[in-house]
Amino acid sequence: MAGVDHGIRDVWFLSMQGLEHMVRTLRAKGYTVVAPTVRDRVITFDEIVSVDQIACGVRDEMGPGRYRLIDDPLSRVFNYVVGQDSPKRLFFPPKLELVALHVEGKRFVLDRTSPKPPKLAILGVRPCDLAAIRVQDRVFGYGDESAGHRCEADTYYNQARKQSLLIAANCTQPGATCFCDSMGTGPRAKEGYDLSMTELGGGFILRAGSDDGRAIVNELPVRDPSPSEIELGQLKTDQACERMGRQLDTDGLKELLDEQIDHPSWDEVAKRCMACSNCTMVCPTCFCSTVTDSDDLATGTASRTRRWESCFTHQFSYTTAGSVRSSQRARYRHWMRHKLGTWWDQFGSSGCVGCGRCITWCPVGIDITKQAAGLRDHEPVKRHAGTHHIERGVTI
Amino acid sequence: MSGITIPVQTDKPKLAVYKFSSCDGCQLTLLNLEDHLLDIAGAVEISFFLEARRRVLPPPYDIGLIEGSVSTPEEEKRVHQVRRDCKYLIAIGACATSGGIQSLRNWANVKEYADLVYPSPEYLKTLETSTPVAAHVFIDFELRGCPINGGQLLEVISALLAGRKPNIPSYSVCMECKRRGLPCVLVSKGEPCLGPITQAGCGALCPGCSRACYGCFGPMDQPNIGALGGKLTGELGKTNRDMKRMLRSFNGYLDPFKPASDEYERLEQQEK
Ligand code: SF4
Ligand code: SF4
Ligand code: SF4
Ligand code: SF4
Ligand code: SF4
Repeated sequence: MAGVDHGIRDVWFLSMQGLEHMVRTLRAKGYTVVAPTVRDRVITFDEIVSVDQIACGVRDEMGPGRYRLIDDPLSRVFNYVVGQDSPKRLFFPPKLELVALHVEGKRFVLDRTSPKPPKLAILGVRPCDLAAIRVQDRVFGYGDESAGHRCEADTYYNQARKQSLLIAANCTQPGATCFCDSMGTGPRAKEGYDLSMTELGGGFILRAGSDDGRAIVNELPVRDPSPSEIELGQLKTDQACERMGRQLDTDGLKELLDEQIDHPSWDEVAKRCMACSNCTMVCPTCFCSTVTDSDDLATGTASRTRRWESCFTHQFSYTTAGSVRSSQRARYRHWMRHKLGTWWDQFGSSGCVGCGRCITWCPVGIDITKQAAGLRDHEPVKRHAGTHHIERGVTI
Repeated sequence: MSGITIPVQTDKPKLAVYKFSSCDGCQLTLLNLEDHLLDIAGAVEISFFLEARRRVLPPPYDIGLIEGSVSTPEEEKRVHQVRRDCKYLIAIGACATSGGIQSLRNWANVKEYADLVYPSPEYLKTLETSTPVAAHVFIDFELRGCPINGGQLLEVISALLAGRKPNIPSYSVCMECKRRGLPCVLVSKGEPCLGPITQAGCGALCPGCSRACYGCFGPMDQPNIGALGGKLTGELGKTNRDMKRMLRSFNGYLDPFKPASDEYERLEQQEK
């Protein structure tokens, strides 16, 4: 409540040099620090041990099927948006051995179980990715037991999430394929973070969203922000809303997708889609996996491994009668309907957070916002009021 | 008694490795398995593998690995005997599964090629075409790649011995590339990567070295070659001739790379 001093301060100013303290503090507290780095001219989340490994002095240019990182000495630290990879890989590894065992006499003997996840502090998580983590929390059964649409808990994910610390970086320079504003997920993080940062000239407006976050701030050389600094931070993210690269009209979208299953645009997109699966791999919410068993010739140990899978593959919907979605048309339509439509039925939210990755990293630049807009040559009958609630308690 | 051991016939499954028209790269992949090679030697009786050992045990064999394409009259005959000698026959590598690089002759005149390359071409006995093993005899499994991937070979042999289905995916190289988290060379550098139409199996070897995939594992399941071609010839400025040549590098004679390369050839000729 305004004017009441709770004795808890939740906003500070951290100087540029303070970022180094932050990295050191996190490491001292036993965190493996992961931050955006430059790898082969692409912004990539990687483990860092010192602050100078964080991507800095670069900005990104992107479009459908195109990405370039440009050196820009005038650029501040977080002057780029999301790269190809999202934090998804850190909680839901692309390849994970679940169990390995062998037979001794008449018994199974356990050789290995899935590895223990590291204690992660992810620095520079974008608001859309923060929202994507909350979407996946529900998929992998993390958090509030009473939450609706919650799946069975995945052990690795839950452990990794429980011990993780999320430090958000609000966006002031949205990319050309970003549309978080349409999805209500960015460009400013509203919840789900331990700390959030908005970059200004000489440092960051720092906010805490949890006790763990506050505990980190206690160890940092922070000061009170001036009112004008707070206002500038607000202004920068407000302006970012106006510079979104793309927009998606979510009004009635779920019904539209249900009604337009025979729309001619599906045939058109099927000619362009290669079913290469890049969109599902880079999507921060796609959660599908496949489990295979293998055995070792020498030791006789059998192991079970889980890998990222995609609904674009032939085997994804393979049954004894063949692949249920045998055409590119069926597969693209399934992907888009899941992201924007049927996800609501399954998890009570949109499956798309508007990060734009599927547009940028589709080699042929198929654009989910364009495809959705293309279905609007016909007005949906029913209206879907829930537009962009990632949290539970949604209105449908 | 001092240690004279008499070799005893084991009841282990017998393995045979054959070479047809090829560079030996796939057989080398088997030899390069090092530690795992010993595991294989422990699990099967290596009964016929001329590149590795002189001793030859007589057929029949349980598992036959066949490297190379059929490109000579002698091979055309021999491949039938191989089939008869093996219970399971597995074609390994681009030559055996597509006809290989040497299938470039299928679009040309062999005699002209021979005259160009050999001082005395009259000693050469060769067929007009180089074709995959499956064009001649029934085969039980195919392993793609130029050369094959050692892990995939091990997987097929283990699966066969355990009586389970081998895990050999038919989706794109992009899936493996993205699982590894490699920056996409096509999107971030404009390199003409064939990953989106090429079958996985190599573990995204080339993108892992920051370069474009050449398509050495051949076409994935239902590739959309035209869509990738549109990107490469449009935005990336490749010509129809470039497209034809890219598709014909390793697996050119395999459908649907073949008809697609023919189409780009037609477009190339139209330009003239
Ligand atoms: S939409 Fe693009 S990235 Fe996704 S499968 Fe199709 S071609 Fe690949
Ligand atoms: S569907 Fe595309 S834009 Fe939406 S969250 Fe997934 S990758 Fe991002
Ligand atoms: S869009 Fe496809 S890969 Fe992604 S979560 Fe849905 S079914 Fe799985
Ligand atoms: S680098 Fe090539 S193989 Fe990898 S994702 Fe890009 S197009 Fe696919
Ligand atoms: S990336 Fe392509 S060319 Fe390279 S090894 Fe794999 S399939 Fe062959």
